Amino acid sequence: MTRKVKSPPPFFIHVPPAIEMRSITKKFPGVVANDRIDFTVEKGEIHGLLGENGAGKTVLMNILYGLYGLDEGQIFIDGKEAEIDGPRTAIKLGIGMVHQHFMIVPSLTVAENIVLGNEPIMRKVLLDTNKALKSVTEFCDRYKLEVDLKAPIHALPVGMQQRVEILKALYRGADILILDEPTSVLTPQEVQELFKAIRALKEQGKTVIFISHKLQEVLTICDRITVLRRGRVVGTVKAGETNVGELATMMVGREVFSTFEKKRPEAKKTVLRVENLEAVDDRNLPALKGVSFEVCAFEILGIAGVEGNGQTELVEALTGLRKVTSGSILLNNIDITRAPPHERIQQGTSHVPEDRQKRGLIMDFSVMENMILGSHDRPPFAKGFVRLDIKEASDYANKLIEEFSIKTPSKDTPARHLSGGTQQRVVLAREFSRNPRLIIACQPTRGLDVGATEYVRSKLVDMRNEGCAVLLISADLDETWALSDRIAVMYEGRIVAVKDPEKTSESELGLLMAGAKPD
Amino acid sequence: MVEFLDIINVGLFAATLRLATPIAYGSLGGLFSERAGIVNIGLEGMMLTGAFAGVTVSYFTGSSWLGVLAAILIGGFLGLVHGLITVRFAGDQIVSGTGINIFALGFTAYMSQILWGSRGASESVQGLPIISIPFLKDIPIVGGIIGTHTPLVYLMIVITVLSYIVLFKTPFGLRIRAVGERPEAADTAGINVFKTKYLCLIISGMLAGLGGAFLSLGHLSLFALGMTGGRGFIALAAMILGKWMPFGAFGASVLFGFADALQMRLQALGLLPPQIILTIPYVLTIAVLAGVVGKAIPPSNYKPYVKE
Amino acid sequence: MQNLTEHWKALIRTTRRLLQRLFAELKAALPKMLPQVIAILLAFLVGAVVLAVTGYSPLDAYGAMLSGAFGDTFGIGQTFTQATPIIFTALAFLFAYKSGLFNIGAEGQFLVGAFTAALVGISFEGLPFFIHVPIALIAGAMGGALWGFIPAVLKARLGAHEVITTMMLSYVALYVTGYMVNYPFKEPGSWVAQTVFISPSAELPRILQPTQLSASIFVAVLLAGLTHYILQKTTIGYEVRAIGSNPSAAESGGISIKKGIVLALTLSGAMAGLGGAGEVLGVHRRFIEGFSPGYGWDGLAVALVGGLNPAGVLLASVLFGALRSGGMTMTRTTHVPLDIATILQALVILFVAAPKLVKYLMKKGGFKWWNSST
Repeated sequence: MTRKVKSPPPFFIHVPPAIEMRSITKKFPGVVANDRIDFTVEKGEIHGLLGENGAGKTVLMNILYGLYGLDEGQIFIDGKEAEIDGPRTAIKLGIGMVHQHFMIVPSLTVAENIVLGNEPIMRKVLLDTNKALKSVTEFCDRYKLEVDLKAPIHALPVGMQQRVEILKALYRGADILILDEPTSVLTPQEVQELFKAIRALKEQGKTVIFISHKLQEVLTICDRITVLRRGRVVGTVKAGETNVGELATMMVGREVFSTFEKKRPEAKKTVLRVENLEAVDDRNLPALKGVSFEVCAFEILGIAGVEGNGQTELVEALTGLRKVTSGSILLNNIDITRAPPHERIQQGTSHVPEDRQKRGLIMDFSVMENMILGSHDRPPFAKGFVRLDIKEASDYANKLIEEFSIKTPSKDTPARHLSGGTQQRVVLAREFSRNPRLIIACQPTRGLDVGATEYVRSKLVDMRNEGCAVLLISADLDETWALSDRIAVMYEGRIVAVKDPEKTSESELGLLMAGAKPD
Repeated sequence: MVEFLDIINVGLFAATLRLATPIAYGSLGGLFSERAGIVNIGLEGMMLTGAFAGVTVSYFTGSSWLGVLAAILIGGFLGLVHGLITVRFAGDQIVSGTGINIFALGFTAYMSQILWGSRGASESVQGLPIISIPFLKDIPIVGGIIGTHTPLVYLMIVITVLSYIVLFKTPFGLRIRAVGERPEAADTAGINVFKTKYLCLIISGMLAGLGGAFLSLGHLSLFALGMTGGRGFIALAAMILGKWMPFGAFGASVLFGFADALQMRLQALGLLPPQIILTIPYVLTIAVLAGVVGKAIPPSNYKPYVKE
Repeated sequence: MQNLTEHWKALIRTTRRLLQRLFAELKAALPKMLPQVIAILLAFLVGAVVLAVTGYSPLDAYGAMLSGAFGDTFGIGQTFTQATPIIFTALAFLFAYKSGLFNIGAEGQFLVGAFTAALVGISFEGLPFFIHVPIALIAGAMGGALWGFIPAVLKARLGAHEVITTMMLSYVALYVTGYMVNYPFKEPGSWVAQTVFISPSAELPRILQPTQLSASIFVAVLLAGLTHYILQKTTIGYEVRAIGSNPSAAESGGISIKKGIVLALTLSGAMAGLGGAGEVLGVHRRFIEGFSPGYGWDGLAVALVGGLNPAGVLLASVLFGALRSGGMTMTRTTHVPLDIATILQALVILFVAAPKLVKYLMKKGGFKWWNSST
């Protein structure tokens, strides 16, 4: 695949860089997110901003877009110093941002979302819907991005919503586009579509900043790459002059082993059997349309699929947080289809939730109080009728803190004060120490740095080796690949295939995830 | 039984519209606030203070319209206070609203003691005129219901329609809804989230103040201790029943107005002890809230918006 | 008689021990309570402005309040008498708040509890006092519990917002008890809407003659201790706090949100009802229409000012009890309308509602003063 390389003009004209950020520093309580970062992006280039989770990429771009204020440093746009005090200013300067979590207003139509803030007016006060539609359609045509403008935005698939976000930025006159982890929600095929769109944007003279932690993608699409690690710039390289290994080392600071030790004992009896599970989502639309699969002891079953195909609802149905309309869930042959969460915990289900701050931990509770959540109303923590045995809980907490190397000042520290990786360790400690039969792990390494990620993955494998059945739900295909003994692909509320990772290719999985049938 | 049927007449329905008015003002006020993402429990206090301000200014100037203006202004001021506490200082919305309610109770009682020597009962003042709309009032039956009212009633209908237009047909309304539903998206789009919230709260307070002015100047012609009698809360229930839409809120307010009108006439009949009849509007409110189970999903996200 | 003195001694001892425990907790929490203290000061400042603008001297008014509340034994006794019912309603609000609910209907629950206790008090004769008093108290608690149970169930099963339902039920309680005491249970031959006196066997004894201070204050303090114990040392309290702090995580941890909020709001109502019972059995010895000057609302303010913990509630209730008892003296001597107390209460709530506001004001003005003194 060839990349267009701009040759310098015959005579010397110094075109100032589109963006120059000098010595940017930003501190949050307890952490320096950006430490004297110098970051330059030339006009018309696709520049990758690479780093692991927590390296400071999003913070830096949020400063550029005016969502955060900087503590120290200067920003120059097209050579002129700029003070960006909010998105309004950034937009005026021609900067647009597509965030990782889309900034869309669910009840408005696509067109309304795009013109928000820039609405065409008729008769001085009223909203001119027709003019809005017309001008947005023009934009769609110009940039070859097809979207249904009259649809309510919450009904669109994720790839489409992302296009709306890009259109939004362009409509506001963005010459510089910041894309924050744009591929995290896309299928492999949709990623290719996105890359096509990005190249089209470059041809139109736009500048693109591509934030990601995915090495291969960054190498594929970007002209130059800047690597951040722990809030500092490690270096800037041309994509054509480097490789995955070098980038990985820059990102992490040490050699990274990408293979995973995983010898697997023979699968034994079925622990979890799901048959024809049907359920609706929060809007009463069918989310699970007859899901069937099994997980055995000593096995990790990974569920691959683009977010939004029913995985969340499946987990909720399995953990008892969502009612099932038909079908059955059997745990060691016990029917738990309609059992409340409390009973499922007692039957041996453990759950590492997708959002540890929302579902996994009570942030205001201490480490100790979080450790006993789920078993707080049973011996040994509950005595007599309702009395809590604080001593037992303390001993238990201290034991787990040591066992799982949890970095906390004490068992009484509120969970709020712990780092992301430490918080996840608390969740793991609690869930794994209950001797579960089944572990449901959802996006267990999301937002964690490489060290924490490796720890979580190895712990999951440990639990599997001890006889647990592990159901792994992850949007990170690499992770699913590395850890699973079998991979089930979920698409539109059904399991469409179950594959052996050693006998399947990534593109095959990608096709299945997108609903196509590989030939 | 015959006596009971006696009370069902044009007068009952005219009273329904009249008594729906303060609740409608309140519910529209609540609507603007909630659409922008702030719960306004303080409607009761804003209404009461508005009622008091209206009577006070009317007392000193002899003009009831100036009283109405005063009610609007002071309601808007209290709305701004609520906004400052909840938006600028990220205070708890329910606590702030409750504080405003208690303040209104205490302040109006205190001031009326000072002005008129009686805790919470003012002298009679110049009330608002009652007007008749020439063609309307001559329509059989319907004319009797809507033809003759104090101007604030007609204004209420106008404002209901205006609210719909503003919220759904203007850029300002679009921004309000965006700010309420996903403030991050609005912020990213360059909209000033805080300013929008303040504006909506001021509007909310002004509308509540108008409702209070109606009670003290349009309906009666004096101020009485706690005369809002929970209508600020009933207005919130009307807003919820009306699914946060202006016309829905209006319809719900009519329902509550009916209950109020009915309750007064039943008292006059003397069939049941007055206290029991007085509970009707409140029991109805509870029943309404219980009945909208699951179907009433608020459009907004009420978490305070914090910028880093 | 000997037996009784022994009982009293034991009661006093337990209460003192409890108070010590509670205050130890409070001491630990005190540094964080600076915003609340500043809020009170600010409220009094703004109140002073209101007084001055309407032609009264703040110094005279506050001075009268202070001397009325603490100037002599009678005043102090009345201060604590007024503080007692407020402790109950404050604990009620606090407990519901810990589960994430806003119980602003404590006033109604208080009234219902007062009436049911009065009912038990007047319905039985000749029962021994150590049976009659407890069952009257329990009746009060159950009345309040019912008044908390209704909105609780409506919220748990139907999602009805408890702020509105509890408020509405307060009005209903007002009118229903008003009806009761104007018709079926009205004292024959009386102008006032009130019941007959309760049987002497149902009375909670006065403990500081000639003030109205009664044994119900012991019940209040015990309840404060009990609330602390429930919240921190039982599974019920753990679940209530979990639900209030993070319902999603609580749910994932197997806690039933519905059961939790029903329990929390019902217990909350019971606490307020118990307070009403205490007032009837200890102070008035009958149910009188309008006897509560708004103890439910005082409770809300006290819970907030007390930093939402039981020990703070005890302290703050004395302040608000002083406002009420001192307020009466103030009105008598300076003719300032009693409602200034309500205004002060509201100002306190507003300032406490936004701790950031206080911090902001501290930075702007007070902070320099704070800094220079160190």
